[in-house]
Amino acid sequence: MEIKNITKTFGGKTVLKNLDMEIPEGRITCIMAPSGAGKTTLLRILMGLEDADSGSVKGFSHKRFSAVFQEERLCEQMSAEQNVLLVTPGLDVQTIGKELERLGLGADGRQPVSELSGGMRRRVSILRALLAPYDILFLDEPFQGLDQELKMQVMAYVREKTAGKTVIVVTHDRQEALALGAGVIEL
Amino acid sequence: MKEGKHEIRIWSVLVWLLVWQLASMRLDSDILLVSPVRVVCRLGFLMGTASFWKTIAFTLSRIAAGFFAAAAAGCALAAAASYFRKMQELLAPVMLVVKSVPVASFVILALIWFSSRNLSVLISFLMVLPVIYTNVLGGIGGVNRELLEMAQVFRIPRMRVVRYIYLPQIMPFFYSACRVSLGLCWKAGVAAEVIGIPRGSVGECLQQAKVYLDTPDLFAWTLVIVALSLAFEQLVLFLVRKAACLLGNVK
Repeated sequence: MEIKNITKTFGGKTVLKNLDMEIPEGRITCIMAPSGAGKTTLLRILMGLEDADSGSVKGFSHKRFSAVFQEERLCEQMSAEQNVLLVTPGLDVQTIGKELERLGLGADGRQPVSELSGGMRRRVSILRALLAPYDILFLDEPFQGLDQELKMQVMAYVREKTAGKTVIVVTHDRQEALALGAGVIEL
Repeated sequence: MKEGKHEIRIWSVLVWLLVWQLASMRLDSDILLVSPVRVVCRLGFLMGTASFWKTIAFTLSRIAAGFFAAAAAGCALAAAASYFRKMQELLAPVMLVVKSVPVASFVILALIWFSSRNLSVLISFLMVLPVIYTNVLGGIGGVNRELLEMAQVFRIPRMRVVRYIYLPQIMPFFYSACRVSLGLCWKAGVAAEVIGIPRGSVGECLQQAKVYLDTPDLFAWTLVIVALSLAFEQLVLFLVRKAACLLGNVK
């Protein structure tokens, strides 16, 4: 997949300038940069939520996307199970329950997510993304809000679930890139 | 949706009934102020007549029809206005006029154009429409954009987005609009009947009570209107809460 000459400006400030990048398929790629460098903007362009001012992307059209956003973007009145079903209807409820258990959310799967802690909500949004059918998975700072021990567990889970899949992770944490076994591209 | 704490205590109602009773005894004139006891007796008598129930059915059916028609139209227009900016601009002066023009002006105009028979349908409709439209439009405008983007990325079908993202966020606005407009439509609907005097309506009964200075009847029918208004409000709000629960069940 190719990103060619992408430029994006917001209100006079150039966030991305003539960006060129090749992203391999079938593996995890980490795009790294300090905060404010345009990582999220790039992801939004790739997901089709923003248009670049100029340049092109190749290999992203007609693909199914899944994503973990910087914010959880969960339906507050729904439970974890319902949030997963909203995106992947028809998924077996027992499968969801089993995966919630693996992420330490077994007892909390039926409560409204508004009653869950930040770390729990983060795990729900990760599970929602992993259980949805996708060709490309986008992860934008996916492990923020998780304590170190939990982060390591969740990263191992993500690595297992995304084996052989195309994943684009945006982060400023090199340790996360290493733990995911990702190829790194510096922005 | 949680109900607000508008509890009415029995003791406060009894205090005001006592004040009413004492005031009527002091004035000692049924024309000026009839006692609550006489009102209840009169109401009891009326309830034993077939015409009483026909009259209630006449007014209730028309005001209810006006309310439900306005709720449907208000929601549909708000949905259209949220999608088409020009539609919103086109409707803005219409809603302003409908909100601002006195009920009496609409009643007189309606009597010139139509018969009085379905007057309260039209007037109830006009009272409720701008309230529902404005609130639902505001609710649609306030829907969480981040959730809509999430739906776009995951390619959630449009109908599921409407049902599971839009509706739960719009429901509190719709509910509030119903609470406000239910009382309005009853007051305006009955006022329209008093002016237009459609045969067989509660408004006609109020008008006759006024003409014959029949204060017991006036109070009895007023009590009926209050009771109907409260019962109708509770029923509608219950249905709205129920619909919200059913719609939110993800499959």
